[in-house]
Amino acid sequence: MTTLEPGAVTTPPKPPLIYNPKVRGIAYQAVLCIIIALLAWAAVNNAAENLARAKIASGFGFWENTAGFDISQTLIDYTTTSTYGRAFWVGLLNTLLVAALGIVFATILGFIVGIGRLSKNWLVAKICGGYVEIIRNIPLLLQLLFWYNAVLKALPGIRESIAIPGGGFLNNRGVFLPQPLFQPAARWTLLAFGVGIVAAFVYRTWARRRQMQTGQQAPVLWVTLGLVIGWPLVVFAASGFPVQFDFPEAGRFNIRGGVEILPEFMALLFGLVIYTAAFIAEVVRAGILSVVKGQTEAAYSLGLRPGPTLRLVVVPQAMRVIVPPLTNQYLNLTKNSSLAVAIGYPDLVQIFAGTVLNQTGQAVEVIAITMAVYLAISLVTSGLMNLYNRRISLVER
Amino acid sequence: MKRVVFGLALAALVAAAPASAQTLNTVKSRGSLNCGSNGTLAGFGLPDSQGRWTGLDVDLCKAIAAAIFNDPNKVKFVPLTAKDRFTALQSGEVDLLARNTTWSMSRDTSLGLNFTGVNYYDGQGFIVRKALKVNSALELNDAAVCVQQGTTTELNLADYFRANKMKLKTVTFATADEALKAYDASRCDSYTTDASGLAGERLRLANTDDHVILPEIISKEPLGPAVRHGDDQWFDIVKWTHFAMVNAEELGITKANVDDMAKSENPDVKRLLGTEGKYGEALGLTNDWAVRIIKHVGNYGEVFEKNVGQGSPLKIARGLNALWNKGGLQYAPPVR
Repeated sequence: MTTLEPGAVTTPPKPPLIYNPKVRGIAYQAVLCIIIALLAWAAVNNAAENLARAKIASGFGFWENTAGFDISQTLIDYTTTSTYGRAFWVGLLNTLLVAALGIVFATILGFIVGIGRLSKNWLVAKICGGYVEIIRNIPLLLQLLFWYNAVLKALPGIRESIAIPGGGFLNNRGVFLPQPLFQPAARWTLLAFGVGIVAAFVYRTWARRRQMQTGQQAPVLWVTLGLVIGWPLVVFAASGFPVQFDFPEAGRFNIRGGVEILPEFMALLFGLVIYTAAFIAEVVRAGILSVVKGQTEAAYSLGLRPGPTLRLVVVPQAMRVIVPPLTNQYLNLTKNSSLAVAIGYPDLVQIFAGTVLNQTGQAVEVIAITMAVYLAISLVTSGLMNLYNRRISLVER
Repeated sequence: MKRVVFGLALAALVAAAPASAQTLNTVKSRGSLNCGSNGTLAGFGLPDSQGRWTGLDVDLCKAIAAAIFNDPNKVKFVPLTAKDRFTALQSGEVDLLARNTTWSMSRDTSLGLNFTGVNYYDGQGFIVRKALKVNSALELNDAAVCVQQGTTTELNLADYFRANKMKLKTVTFATADEALKAYDASRCDSYTTDASGLAGERLRLANTDDHVILPEIISKEPLGPAVRHGDDQWFDIVKWTHFAMVNAEELGITKANVDDMAKSENPDVKRLLGTEGKYGEALGLTNDWAVRIIKHVGNYGEVFEKNVGQGSPLKIARGLNALWNKGGLQYAPPVR
């Protein structure tokens, strides 16, 4: 009988690396990555070769070439002699403009309709319910065409323009408003506005701290409004209203001067807001219904009035359910804005993936850039929404 | 659009580049010709209520099908927007593009395609409301103009206004249909496209007589069929189909008399109709290729009058499109 001395336990021989699950895993991943990279390289190479053989121009040299076409709405300087690259930025900014405004208005309308659908008022609840059911079941493209035709058909022609009080015009070429031209002295107002915002933040922090310590509430809303709007207005008046207006006036064909809002833009914004708000309303309704009734009752029993109950108890909890699907709707709205092409609004797809693609014939490059841009916009949007979601998510103690 | 882009991506990524001289074989084995057409332009490419396609460009495709299959109906017409048409041709979705397409240098050189000839000499014009009392395009300073996207029209418009130091408000639409509708709804003061198109589009406006076509023709628009680079045999077939129709008109061969003319002793007629020489076989077709074209479709003059001329609602005069010996520009090299 052999006895083993303590401590002399022989360690089993180390298995070869190939049996190590971790090493294996890494190896498989590496092989997969290499295969995908090779496939991608082969695809790009093959595409380049095919394009070259068919003598189709390729590469990104077109970016600096003269575009030669006109664009109806440009947020930055653009003429027919600008480059394709410039046209790209014009289109991108137009897309961002309609997407950003669309998100703001769709959120507001969506919250109103969503809450309205839960209203105890029978009529309000039914109207909101009917709105949601009708709008979300009709394809967006049809709605856009409808709104565009509604705008064009319902509004009067250029020579029968409706005058807007204050020097504007409304007709089927769009809305024309006086353009404010600020004089140098207006910078004091801008400064006052900045100071007002900072002061409002400081006040809000102070008010919250005081409430935590003493339980006394301060009128945050009114003071904030006063600081951000009232105070700059006072400064504006004190510096002698340093602004002039460029009034639109009727020319032989069109209205000249002023700020012009295109009917295509109005129809697109209107269509996107109406459509997306129907989905947001359902998201909001789901969020509010997810907060159990006991929460409201508990708040009432603590003596909170209905307003603060909604604001301080129900909505913060509902937001946890609302935000993730809300992000989806924001992304949908941005991507849906590419339907602009149907009604002649010069967005990224219309200008860049439309005219520029057609003129340069470089479909692969142009579509790749367009897809990358939409991907980037979507990733930024969802990134911001995820940040917000993390801030409001349930903190476990 | 998506379909076309996907097709191009697929073609570019997966398929090898088309080898030369295979389009004819592909068409023969498929049993029909895929023809990229307009689909909304009266006189050039438009299906009627029964789905029968008519038009000058449509008849060119029918003529090619007749030459290959002896049956003008073996054509599948693929309606394309101006914006998508080149991608559809590049990706191989269509065998040729006969869609009132302007032959320009950049399209000929950098898009990977070749124009085979000019089957309609056109130029760009403007239509306006009579009520505006505009007599010349030069009076359009500051006007809003509706235009179709992806056309030479879009560029000529900007050039013309820039050259004449006039201000312009362009409203661009993806299809001619939407652009025309917007003009009809008074969104724009004027609508611009090729003069031949204006004649047809004017008939589709709510009150035809309220509109007038301005006299200025601001550009040269030679419209012609296009094929992909790299297949010279196919290029020759498309090119000579048009030439056969022009030569037939010049020699007085019509749909009605083509069988009688086959007995003619005129050597030019004999060569065209294949009773002398083997010109058709050199194209990769049969020697009676031109007979098939003329019998099924007609000569250039007949096709012109039927689709856009006096036999059509458009009533466009031959003008530049008359034969070269009648004061026009239509001229075909001899069959020899």
